[in-house]
Amino acid sequence: MRQFLTVISFMLLTIGAFAGFSNLGIPQIEPAPPPVEEVIDLGSMNMEQFIALGDRIFNGKGTCTLCHNSLGRAPDLGQIGTNAQARLDDDRYAGDAADIEGYLSESLTNPSAYVVVGFGKAGSDDTESPMPSTSGGSIALSDPELAAVIAYLQDKGGLEVTVEIPTDVEVPEEEPAEVASGEPRAPFTTFQELADEFACEACHTIGEEAGDLGPNLSAIGASRDAEYIRRAILDPNADIAEGFDEGMMPDDMGEQIYAIELEIMVDFLSQLK
Amino acid sequence: MNTNKKLLSYGILATLVVGLLAAFGGTDLSAAFAAGEEVAATTGGYGPAPVTTAADYPSVAGANGRLVVWIVAQLHLWFAAFVLAVPIFVFIIEVIGMRTRDKRYDDMAYEFIKVSITAYSLTAILGGLLLFALILFYPHLFGYLSTIFSDSMFYYALLFFAESAVLYLYYYGWHWLQGGVRKWIHLTLGLLLNAVGTGLMLLANSWLTFMMSPAGVDAAGVFSGDSWAAIHNFLWNPINIHRFVANIAYGGSIVGAYAAFKFLTAGTDREKAHYDWMGYNANFIAICALLPLPFAGYYLAAEIYAYSQQMGITLMGGIFAWLFIIQAVLIGALFLSANYYLWCGMGRSDGAKRYHKYIKYIAIVLIGAFLVWFTPHTLVLTNSELKALGGPHHSILGPLGIMPAKNTAVNTMIIFTFLSFLFYRRSNKVAVVRWERAGNIAQVALFAAGIANILFLGIYHGYFTNTVYKVAASIPQVMTTFVVIVTSLVLDSFIYRGAKDVGPLHWGRIPDRAQYALFLLAVAFTWLMGLMGYIRSGIRQHWHVVDIMRDNSADAFTPTLGYAANVVSIAAIIFLTMVIFVFWIAQVSSTKTLPSGYWKE
Ligand code: HEC
Ligand code: HEC
Ligand code: HEM
Repeated sequence: MRQFLTVISFMLLTIGAFAGFSNLGIPQIEPAPPPVEEVIDLGSMNMEQFIALGDRIFNGKGTCTLCHNSLGRAPDLGQIGTNAQARLDDDRYAGDAADIEGYLSESLTNPSAYVVVGFGKAGSDDTESPMPSTSGGSIALSDPELAAVIAYLQDKGGLEVTVEIPTDVEVPEEEPAEVASGEPRAPFTTFQELADEFACEACHTIGEEAGDLGPNLSAIGASRDAEYIRRAILDPNADIAEGFDEGMMPDDMGEQIYAIELEIMVDFLSQLK
Repeated sequence: MNTNKKLLSYGILATLVVGLLAAFGGTDLSAAFAAGEEVAATTGGYGPAPVTTAADYPSVAGANGRLVVWIVAQLHLWFAAFVLAVPIFVFIIEVIGMRTRDKRYDDMAYEFIKVSITAYSLTAILGGLLLFALILFYPHLFGYLSTIFSDSMFYYALLFFAESAVLYLYYYGWHWLQGGVRKWIHLTLGLLLNAVGTGLMLLANSWLTFMMSPAGVDAAGVFSGDSWAAIHNFLWNPINIHRFVANIAYGGSIVGAYAAFKFLTAGTDREKAHYDWMGYNANFIAICALLPLPFAGYYLAAEIYAYSQQMGITLMGGIFAWLFIIQAVLIGALFLSANYYLWCGMGRSDGAKRYHKYIKYIAIVLIGAFLVWFTPHTLVLTNSELKALGGPHHSILGPLGIMPAKNTAVNTMIIFTFLSFLFYRRSNKVAVVRWERAGNIAQVALFAAGIANILFLGIYHGYFTNTVYKVAASIPQVMTTFVVIVTSLVLDSFIYRGAKDVGPLHWGRIPDRAQYALFLLAVAFTWLMGLMGYIRSGIRQHWHVVDIMRDNSADAFTPTLGYAANVVSIAAIIFLTMVIFVFWIAQVSSTKTLPSGYWKE
């Protein structure tokens, strides 16, 4: 019996130690409560308050900062002032927006309408955005809340705030987000497939295909070694090729390609002499 | 045995309830689903996921529904994991016994299964209780899930009956089905038992993973009717793999604790020797399954990330990031106690002195590796903390928090745990081959090269490369570990070919404190499982079924880590109590009281 009690005490002590560590050794962060629809009294709000509301949603309930932060998971929204117009002017743009407000609204409710180069879901060739629709699914902002976020983004980007404070508040429509169809893609096996998929030739000249946004790569193997090329693909801003701008070349290739694909690209390019 | 049978009949009763309710779940709980079915009738079979309000979550006698379901589910899972894992290694041990014709193995296998058999009825009772609690507290969620999974719930009930039948045949037929063809029949039963058990686990896992990564339904939750799509959802296999392996390690650790207790209370040396041997084997099983677990875990995390960036970030970057610190402490405890037990076990041999001097170095390396694992990666910090640190990563320690460093730590832990094991194996042997020295040098060179390679890969990729390339290090690292282990085992088997024993192994000659390492192993495993259950459900946040069916109950919020740890601790204590009860019952069933003058002559 004594033996039994010793063993039991030992076990209870162990459990107590684990519980103690979890309670005292770890900061107790109170997780954010589930998002609720704020009761917004729009009638009495001026534009400044409306923008402040957008700020709160952006940094809180909207969970935008989960991705739009300084870690490079998503585009820097501080630059949206200049970027938004550029997106609309982009040849790839195929959405329905006619102005910046429209573009922002579309970005929030239908992120895949236009996907910023390099930020698409792995393997979707920037046709599918990893950003969930913020009007449905797990974020589920109501129309007035969306308008407030857009006002906030315009303000933050130094643009003229064109949104109007909605006067007739409708019940927000539940528009559930798409369920991600998850299968990871199969790896590509040739350089050409990869170049097509990731549109290298949109910017680079490689043999026949000609693009001139980036350096000509037709003979890159003559001047650069494999190590350099690997770095140029994974971390393009580490060395900037002369005469070109920083930040053009997508810098998240690393997240989009498999290691084996990286090696295929490096092998191929370093043999171009 | 009488008590046993009684438990059995409760078990069957509970199963019947499970079976009936599950099979007719869609129609029986009419109150809850009437609305859903109306829609279902108009949309050709299935309706959208129910939209609930706080009023849709019945409050029963003031009990906190979430807490009840949480604890009951966890208890059920613990028992189920144990009950499904034990037959796996019982089968393997039985095969070993059959091949070596060493009866000790057969006896041990029998004793293992005996331990699990009483737990089996409790598993069923808890399963019934869980079902009851779910229907009581979450009628709409259960209703929705059972319309989608009505088929598989029905098969689950069938499989459960099959499992019971095969298990009882396997257990009660053990002594009857001995020798020649009969042994083969018995082994076939064992295989069948495992096949059915694994099938059960896979089905239950699919319901769970459906809630995390729903498939086979549209955005509103309308089921397409394709059951296989719903079962074979994105996270199903990653969880299947991690659970399967974890369950084996867990089962080994519980049986180890049983043996440890029997050892401590054994009356005779013979008994001590027996339970020492049993504890050794249980620990061996736990270690074998423990070694691949970290990789299965990272694979699971990577798949969660691949399924949904949002969920992945919640898992590894949000408040749950702190949870992984607790996880690291527990896993450190697991590795250290398993190693400590091996080191103590070397006392069974008279030849072990030769290796004593190395053990402190292994201990140092293990602790070092543990500390690296312990270093957090990206944490959610307050703004001022962020500024003080100069970013979410520390500039020098930062790389210690990322994957290559953690992989390096994990691989190092594994290699050194293997080294402990190698020393243990060698401790009672004297090599007779002439090239022993050369062989040992080769072993040292092998380990040195392996460790150097792992460190090089880790440091190079951790500090000098970017993103994908960092992860690319993990494969050559794992390969290195694997090659070192296999080559070393082969080499050692040649060095020790025809080796002389230093003397007979003194089973039973092990300090009592070594048994406490086995208790620690079992408790840490139990607790870890509970903790991971919290994160698994926690990353769904305020969703019953992610993005499809929202949790609108008053308890939809995510509790703090401390609260979760307390719930897990209480559940673990209840579990322990039940396990002790189970063992006690097994004990009682074999003691006889002969009252004198009670019965008429
Ligand atoms: C899961 C991560 C994630 C979350 C959460 C998220 N975003 Fe995004 N967002 C992205 C990514 C990745 C892109 C780039 C791809 C694209 O264009 O869709 C993007 C693009 C955008 C763009 C277009 C940027 C441009 O330069 O054209 C806007 C505007 C935007 N997000 C706003 C928001 C707002 C506002 C929220 C919160 C309500 C939010 N996002 C939440 C990941 C996210
Ligand atoms: C959006 C345009 C764009 C796309 C798409 C693009 N690049 Fe680039 N790339 C650039 C620019 C601009 C530079 C020069 C600036 C720099 O070095 O970052 C560059 C530089 C490089 C360099 C280094 C050249 C040197 O001499 O330093 C390599 C190699 C390269 N890219 C390969 C690729 C590959 C492979 C792909 C397809 C997977 C690709 N790029 C896609 C714009 C692009
Ligand atoms: C030695 C290392 C590890 C051990 C011993 C271990 C052990 C366990 C155990 C016992 C469970 C419970 C299984 C069950 O409920 O049946 C579990 C679940 C889980 N583990 Fe691990 N694990 C390890 C590594 C990891 C790693 C590295 C990760 C991720 C970074 C991870 C993520 C998870 C998750 C998300 C769950 C919940 C899934 C579920 O319910 O099955 N694990 N782990």
